[in-house]
Amino acid sequence: MTVTFNDIKEKADARWNELNSVRPWIRIGTALCGQAAGAEEVADAFDSELEARGFDATVSRVGCLGLCYAEPLVDILVPGRGRVVYGNVDVDMVSDLVEDHLKTGQPVTDNVMGCRALGYVGEEIDGELESLDQHPMRAREQRIALRNAGHIDPLDIYQYVANGGYHALNRALTEITAADVLEEVNVSGLRGRGGAAFPAGTKWRFLAGSNAPDKYILCNCEEGDPGAFNDKGILESDPHTVVEGIILAGYATGANHGYIFIRHGHDGPIDRTKAAIAQAYELGLLGENILGSDFTFDLEVALTGDSYVSGEETALMEAIEGSRAMPRYRPPFPAQVGVFGKPTNINNVKTMAYVPEIVARGGEWFAGIGHDKSTGTAILCLSGNLKYTGMVEIPMGVNLNEVLYEVAGGVPGGKQLSFLQTGGPLGGVLSADATDLVLDFDIFRTAGAILGSGGVIAADEDTCVVDLTRVLIAFCQYESCGKCFPCRMGMSHMLEVLERICRLEGTSDDLALMSSIGENMQAGSLCGHGQLGFNPVASALRYFPDQFQTHIVEKRCPTGRCQAPRFAPSLSRR
Amino acid sequence: MDGLKERIRRAVHNQPQPTVTILSSLLSVEDELGYIPREAVEEVAGYNRVTVNDVWAVVSFYPNFRTVPPCEHRIEVCWGPSCHLVGAMPVIESVLEAAGLAEEGDTPDGKLTVRYNTCLGACALAPVMSIDHHLVGRADPKKGRELVGRALDNNSGDPHEGAGFRG
Repeated sequence: MTVTFNDIKEKADARWNELNSVRPWIRIGTALCGQAAGAEEVADAFDSELEARGFDATVSRVGCLGLCYAEPLVDILVPGRGRVVYGNVDVDMVSDLVEDHLKTGQPVTDNVMGCRALGYVGEEIDGELESLDQHPMRAREQRIALRNAGHIDPLDIYQYVANGGYHALNRALTEITAADVLEEVNVSGLRGRGGAAFPAGTKWRFLAGSNAPDKYILCNCEEGDPGAFNDKGILESDPHTVVEGIILAGYATGANHGYIFIRHGHDGPIDRTKAAIAQAYELGLLGENILGSDFTFDLEVALTGDSYVSGEETALMEAIEGSRAMPRYRPPFPAQVGVFGKPTNINNVKTMAYVPEIVARGGEWFAGIGHDKSTGTAILCLSGNLKYTGMVEIPMGVNLNEVLYEVAGGVPGGKQLSFLQTGGPLGGVLSADATDLVLDFDIFRTAGAILGSGGVIAADEDTCVVDLTRVLIAFCQYESCGKCFPCRMGMSHMLEVLERICRLEGTSDDLALMSSIGENMQAGSLCGHGQLGFNPVASALRYFPDQFQTHIVEKRCPTGRCQAPRFAPSLSRR
Repeated sequence: MDGLKERIRRAVHNQPQPTVTILSSLLSVEDELGYIPREAVEEVAGYNRVTVNDVWAVVSFYPNFRTVPPCEHRIEVCWGPSCHLVGAMPVIESVLEAAGLAEEGDTPDGKLTVRYNTCLGACALAPVMSIDHHLVGRADPKKGRELVGRALDNNSGDPHEGAGFRG
């Protein structure tokens, strides 16, 4: 006898009510950012402190609230007395938080302990504490893909269901047809968040058009872009929204198999995704005859080794098949011949994470958010020289300057912004005086930048753009898979030239030499890695030609950064 | 050596996920042993019905695979652009110096592996490093030296005893 969705929903609602009303609930952000700040220790300290005092409270290890700069974040709810988020919580402060907040129900707002109450969530709390929604990082947000991040326990499927989860899947399977689901995604204007910004509905239609018996849906969380952590952040915070998105994609396109592809070693996202899949199977939301319908879908996690190029869609298929992650020739395109030779559709984690809300609220709703042909939101990872670093979900159409100087609080220490590095290492750099752009895939592209996967790395005036370009090319050289020689040898050659320029031994011919290498890489490489590999150098030259001249002609690095010791892997896949 | 072969066999034959490939088998061995010995290459080849060459092709492609036994501890320091901008290089310099290494690699006494990592995934807390898979954010040269010191002093030999290293 199968469980009906109503049974699941009832249980979920009852549990959610209990969590919010019976005893205090402590949520601790333990995504990668939290872990890096010691959140696991803080969570353990709460467990032992509560046990030692015999105090009845729930402790949950949740995902990323987005305010990573203030990790570890602790969110304390005392039923009837409101909910408060603290930042920079240390193990030593746990006992005081239990004594002063949990026991009295009164938030600690005087900062005496070193940690800081950042704001309340939901119902207003007496006193000078502001709503967390007033925080600069939260004020411009519209959370769709991140709607549950930091809010629910990612390991509890019922908390996802209580917050509207799997309602879209239930509706799709019981009320509307596969074609309707495809149409909603089409109308939404959703474009791929992996970098290429290709319309998801069009891609899905390619696959739906194939009547092959075995078709595959792949979800890409390789995310090797330094500076981007939103895919891992979503899987750690709310894996079920991705799982549900993939099942809906399978239903819409008539596919019955799926893989979520994650890099080995990122245990947080891997473990939480595996747990989510197991729970979905247990409740009949995956597997045969989902929720009693005639739709069957199987999903598993596939792991890759360390390889940036394995995030490229055809290289990813090679890695799932267990081989070296090298891109394939196209055509045939994945929608005809994909993984294991079967028709395949591939989307990024962020793209999939939007799908449940699009199906639940309708494509028109999503299309109404954003700017022009860039609908919805941008999920940005803010890092580098910014006051507030972290992960935010901002509607498309908001000005990048607003993101940099309001949401991210600008550059700390009264320094000036010099440039940004956006959209992963191949995205290149964007000068600080060219940041008056709205968030829009096409406008970014026109400006010579890539919004891509959402990484925004800010560099202040003390940074040397030549030095950072060298780091970007060192990364691209190390990560070239070696299949196409223009990329393999071009990257090494270009790195040699940049290292020479950084040693102040560059010659006047070097810039032309790099352009020529770049042209060959673009013409002779199968995938974006080689095709876009010159982009970091080209964009740096476009915005900062003087900087290169200073290094080459005047033989000096104005910041001195190029003379500092530097380390990068000496080996590559050559 | 029988113990080793048995561990390899178990790792290769008992993979929980439905799709088993050369890569998945190798990753399973890596999780179990921390490296890919020659015996594992042979076992993976046999189990996946491919040649030893096919397996070496995969082992040699992904730099996370090592072919010699792991050191007791492992420190990784990110050198990606986010971390580079906010001081990764001085952290790497201090870690290498404290470990007595000129570049990434193993200490001669087999106690510590130092590796450069392209992205540990916590860029908002850059510079990021890790010790025995525990992330450490907002790293600086002092923290780097401390972690190396604790890794080299620790005699337990248990690579999973990492709790004391965190944060």
